[in-house]
Amino acid sequence: MTDDKKLLQELLEKHNNGDLKPKERYEIPPQGMPAQDATERRDNIDEVATGYTETQARLEALRCLQCKNAPCVAGCPVKIKIKDFVSAIADGQYQQALEIIKENSLLPSVCGRVCPQEVQCQEKCTVAKRFKDVDKAVAIGRLERFVADWGEENDSTPKIAPPTGKKVAVIGSGPGGVVVATDCRRAGHDVTVFEAFHKPGGVLVYGIPEFRLPKAIVEREIKGLEKMGVKFECNFIVGRTRTVKQLLEEDGFDAAYIGVGAGLPRFMNIEGEQLVGVYSANEYLTRANLMKAYQFGEGADTPIAVSKKVAVLGGGNVAMDAARTAVRLGAEEVYLIYRRSEAEMPARVEEVHHAKEEGIIFKTLQNPKRILGDGDGYVKSLECLKYELGEPDDSGRRRPVPIEGSEFEIDVDTVIVAIGNGANPLIGQTTPGLEMNKWGNIVVDEDCKTSLDGVYAGGDIVLGAATVILAMGQGRIAAAAMNDYLKD
Amino acid sequence: MAHKIIKKQQLSENVFTVDVKAPLIAEARKPGQFVIVGLDAEIGERIPLTIAGADTEKGTIRLVWQRVGKTTAQMSELNIGDEMGYIAGPLGTPTHIEKFGKVVCVGGGIGNAPLLPIARALKDAGNEIVTVLGARTKNLLILEEDFASISDELIIVTDDGSCGRKALVTEPLEEICKQSPKPDLAMVIGPAIMMKFCSEVTRKYDVPTQVSLNTIMVDGTGMCGGCRVEVGGETKFVCVDGPEFDGHQVDFDQMMKRQAAYKDLEKKAYEQYQHKCRIGLDANNNK
Ligand SMILES: Cc1cc2nc3c(=O)[nH]c(=O)nc-3n(C[C@H](O)[C@H](O)[C@H](O)COP(=O)(O)OP(=O)(O)OC[C@H]3O[C@@H](n4cnc5c(N)ncnc54)[C@H](O)[C@@H]3O)c2cc1C
Ligand SMILES: Cc1cc2nc3c(=O)[nH]c(=O)nc-3n(C[C@H](O)[C@H](O)[C@H](O)COP(=O)(O)OP(=O)(O)OC[C@H]3O[C@@H](n4cnc5c(N)ncnc54)[C@H](O)[C@@H]3O)c2cc1C
Ligand code: SF4
Ligand code: FES
Repeated sequence: MTDDKKLLQELLEKHNNGDLKPKERYEIPPQGMPAQDATERRDNIDEVATGYTETQARLEALRCLQCKNAPCVAGCPVKIKIKDFVSAIADGQYQQALEIIKENSLLPSVCGRVCPQEVQCQEKCTVAKRFKDVDKAVAIGRLERFVADWGEENDSTPKIAPPTGKKVAVIGSGPGGVVVATDCRRAGHDVTVFEAFHKPGGVLVYGIPEFRLPKAIVEREIKGLEKMGVKFECNFIVGRTRTVKQLLEEDGFDAAYIGVGAGLPRFMNIEGEQLVGVYSANEYLTRANLMKAYQFGEGADTPIAVSKKVAVLGGGNVAMDAARTAVRLGAEEVYLIYRRSEAEMPARVEEVHHAKEEGIIFKTLQNPKRILGDGDGYVKSLECLKYELGEPDDSGRRRPVPIEGSEFEIDVDTVIVAIGNGANPLIGQTTPGLEMNKWGNIVVDEDCKTSLDGVYAGGDIVLGAATVILAMGQGRIAAAAMNDYLKD
Repeated sequence: MAHKIIKKQQLSENVFTVDVKAPLIAEARKPGQFVIVGLDAEIGERIPLTIAGADTEKGTIRLVWQRVGKTTAQMSELNIGDEMGYIAGPLGTPTHIEKFGKVVCVGGGIGNAPLLPIARALKDAGNEIVTVLGARTKNLLILEEDFASISDELIIVTDDGSCGRKALVTEPLEEICKQSPKPDLAMVIGPAIMMKFCSEVTRKYDVPTQVSLNTIMVDGTGMCGGCRVEVGGETKFVCVDGPEFDGHQVDFDQMMKRQAAYKDLEKKAYEQYQHKCRIGLDANNNK
């Protein structure tokens, strides 16, 4: 028996007798996430984190103190009963754990992989507080992923209420849309999901790369919806193919959910952004993921730049994904250029960590000033300025201030701009009466209802570029309100 | 949704046209708009093609394409009754149609196809239409009969003089601009280089000019920014802000560079494809 297994057996004995003291729980080593070797994974697109073994999962679950007030739950945007599902894992009751999670979250295999736990549940965890280190919190996300993956095979189709005769249109097939489709279908409504792209899943398929979220997981969730009787209309651009108004007034839909995401790439508006070799992260990632450009010439038809030296501008998840994708596409040097310091980076800590392991060169407190061309229209280099941190700004983060005269040049052939996304204006422009704020985000009330009757919205188009779990949370709220609205 | 090919025709050596089922797009489309076509949802490329016409009763749209690379070559192999993968649209901002007065329509090569529905709509709005169509040689000239039926005057030019005048389109265009009254609008669609030089001609005579840009696209809905061009010093997305823009404001040189971004890769893919086809043919011949 391995040491781990022995340790687990000893601990379980005490645990089952109710003798495992908090002090002893603190002493259980935090279970690291097994991962593919960093050098090896530079050359493949397979998932980096390979997931806990059963022993690891139970050891990790035993670290949980079962706090009375469960502060972790307060940190979860959808209030998963964390304490309870972790306890079920410690007891080896995985099916039960999964059911507890599914009460609040429909896509645990996705959320367990992509949620920024370190600023949500795990930040609040008592164990993290005790060690004054969020890395030492109970690894709630990894445990969530463990049960979700365990449950992969024994997934059952949820019960569906008798047909109500009511039709629901879900516009956009991202995580928010998926949740609305599930909840409205469960209530017995006839649900159609409209998706602009040729594949459903939203950012989960076109944005987040395979090595972080295998597409098979998303496909399985979509198949599950189809099995429930949800219809998918891909290549259907609401606002162009049909308008929201037409769906409601002519096509017989009784309610609609707008979950079209934040699909408008921002550029820096600096000199040289039209040069060949400058991409938005959206374009770069869509080519790479959805269009499978990593297989160009060996099956896939969409090309992508063959880059040697790449600069990625930004410090969020999108920037990490772009940089790590560039590595896998064969780039020799990849720089990540961010104008604040690493502490302010919005990306998940795990992604930053993985990116560094994969050899991405972090250039913090630097910001591009212009992109220089080779005279033939191609990117040749990037001129940057060095920054220092000044006084805190509105966001509470210290404002980066350029250091005058600190210009320097980096030779690159590709520049990927990953500084965020705005709201795509199409739905707003084609839906009279739909109220939006000055940034083009749809305005909703606490039920996620828009200014139009029967029309609800959520996710990034409401929140601005946010997270998977927040989109799912809003989907939940919207679906409940829609089911309510469709009652009378 | 099924997109069955109802009609197919070869217009010239490398130009094909189909009528394909797409009822919702047929109903919603307006002149100047385009679709994104993909032959295979797993590995195919998404390519933009202008909607060259539509029949709402039959629920079909007309597409015209030139065989230039792998996807257009694969499409050319499809026949009546075949499915055309997926089609998304209609995309882009429709052409602004009104009664301008005298409009000179200039089409080059495959550009005649997107030009046709626009010229027709301009004609229907009461404009006088003078059309200039250009091609390298007679065999490559397409849709001249359709243009003849809607133009008040039709001028044909070829590079080698095999049909109409031996000239580039810019020559008759300049003559028309010199006439009095001069045209109220020039509508120019063709290869980027042609649109660039036509815009230079009309600029001299202060004739407002619309061009339709064919940048490389991915989504066609404003999501990726790959189609961006500089127009009047501002970044525009061709798929949503266009495809039509003021020709006097477009930075054609940079646009042409961006269009050629994947030239080498695409060439290789096309050659591989042709090679595979040839092997396939040989195998069949040997049977
Ligand atoms: C590269 C990248 C990495 C990310 N990493 C993380 C992460 O690690 N963790 C995390 O929590 N979040 C992450 N996010 C953010 C997260 O993915 C989003 O917040 C979330 O997907 C938003 O969900 P949504 O329901 O609003 O829809 P989206 O996922 O944005 O999907 C919207 C869908 O609507 C479709 N659509 C748009 N317009 C129309 C129309 N007119 N008609 C029909 N369909 C339309 C789009 O094609 C798209 O499929 C990341 C985002 C990106 C881009
Ligand atoms: C709004 C718009 C409308 C268009 N309408 C038509 C049309 O009605 N008929 C027609 O024949 N063509 C049209 N095009 C161009 C057409 O999309 C390309 O010829 C097609 O994508 C080539 O694909 P391929 O795989 O066969 O060739 P590829 O191997 O991909 O490319 C061959 C060459 O075509 C050019 N090209 C490649 N991809 C694109 C692209 N996405 N957009 C533009 N040029 C590209 C490049 O210069 C390349 O070197 C249009 C383009 C746009 C943007
Ligand atoms: S806060 Fe941490 S230790 Fe306490 S119940 Fe939640 S996961 Fe367990
Ligand atoms: S094609 Fe992606 S934004 Fe225009």
